[in-house]
Amino acid sequence: MDPYALKTLNAERRARRAAILVTDLGDGRDRIVREGDQVAGDLGAAIAKAFRTGNSGSVEAEGRTFFLNAHLPRPRLVVIGAVHISQALAPMAKIAGYPVEIIDPRTAFATSERFPDIALHAEWPEDVLKRQPLDSYTALAAVTHDPKIDDFALKAALDANCFYVGALGSRKTHAKRVERLLALGATADQIARIHAPIGLDIGAASPAEIAVAVLAQTIHAFRSRGLDAKGAAA
Amino acid sequence: MENSIYLDEARDPLVIAEGWMKDGKDVAIATVVETWGSAPRPVGSHLVIDADGNFHGSVSGGCVEGAVVTEAIDVIDSGKARMLEFGVADETAWQVGLSCGGRIKVYVERLG
Repeated sequence: MDPYALKTLNAERRARRAAILVTDLGDGRDRIVREGDQVAGDLGAAIAKAFRTGNSGSVEAEGRTFFLNAHLPRPRLVVIGAVHISQALAPMAKIAGYPVEIIDPRTAFATSERFPDIALHAEWPEDVLKRQPLDSYTALAAVTHDPKIDDFALKAALDANCFYVGALGSRKTHAKRVERLLALGATADQIARIHAPIGLDIGAASPAEIAVAVLAQTIHAFRSRGLDAKGAAA
Repeated sequence: MENSIYLDEARDPLVIAEGWMKDGKDVAIATVVETWGSAPRPVGSHLVIDADGNFHGSVSGGCVEGAVVTEAIDVIDSGKARMLEFGVADETAWQVGLSCGGRIKVYVERLG
């Protein structure tokens, strides 16, 4: 392995960015491909698939055998709001393999009694996200209903290109939210990425059912990354 | 740490290999490139080895690491990468095998 490739790979992994180490098993040469890099032909198609699935494996291309080792950051879910929905969403997401963090400055809501074994921040999103920035392998669900708490986080999620951005509230509530986000400098294209009303349409009624709908939508967004608009990850 | 979203710097084989390299050590990296049946570690898993036979990570549940380390020291010496295959059918060739009945292919290369 090329020492420079190893250094680059580790730097990408530390920064929670996806990278694939491509090794020619014939001559041992290797190189790093980052998400969004253009690679032509059969090898390019195999690389695109490896970024989507996260699966490593060998591929025959150009008469050679390449090994693709896919290093994808672990997807995670940040929930704004330590509310009833979050109490169901957090343990379910954890089981599904998405580590969860909950942010809510209202100390009456964000208590470890209500959220046992969940990473919980009884602080403003502004403060937490400064320390632990969002990224394209993070999903964000804003469920407080309170613009003072949700809006900053939603704008930050759009700017960080989170793979999923969902916001609780009716169409009417969302229309007002759109105006506030435009005023904050969000573009129309960014705002179109927000899932609102939040969750897959499964007719969810109770907080736990809404949590199922949100988790399903998060998983769908993660597993269909890069399948639609090619430039979405850029 | 299984649920961590950040690298486990103290245990991550590739981070350890980079650290060894910075310390001026000779290092080999072994990677599972193919599995059949019930292999204990997924494709892409790493074992990193230094010239003294110290190692971190795993390519099996501990079944074949010893043999990989021996091969890796040769690879560090020669600089030539090797493809190793382990499985229940390879017992005579390797005298180590996977008790789970799976088979794995491990690529061993020198770092640098």
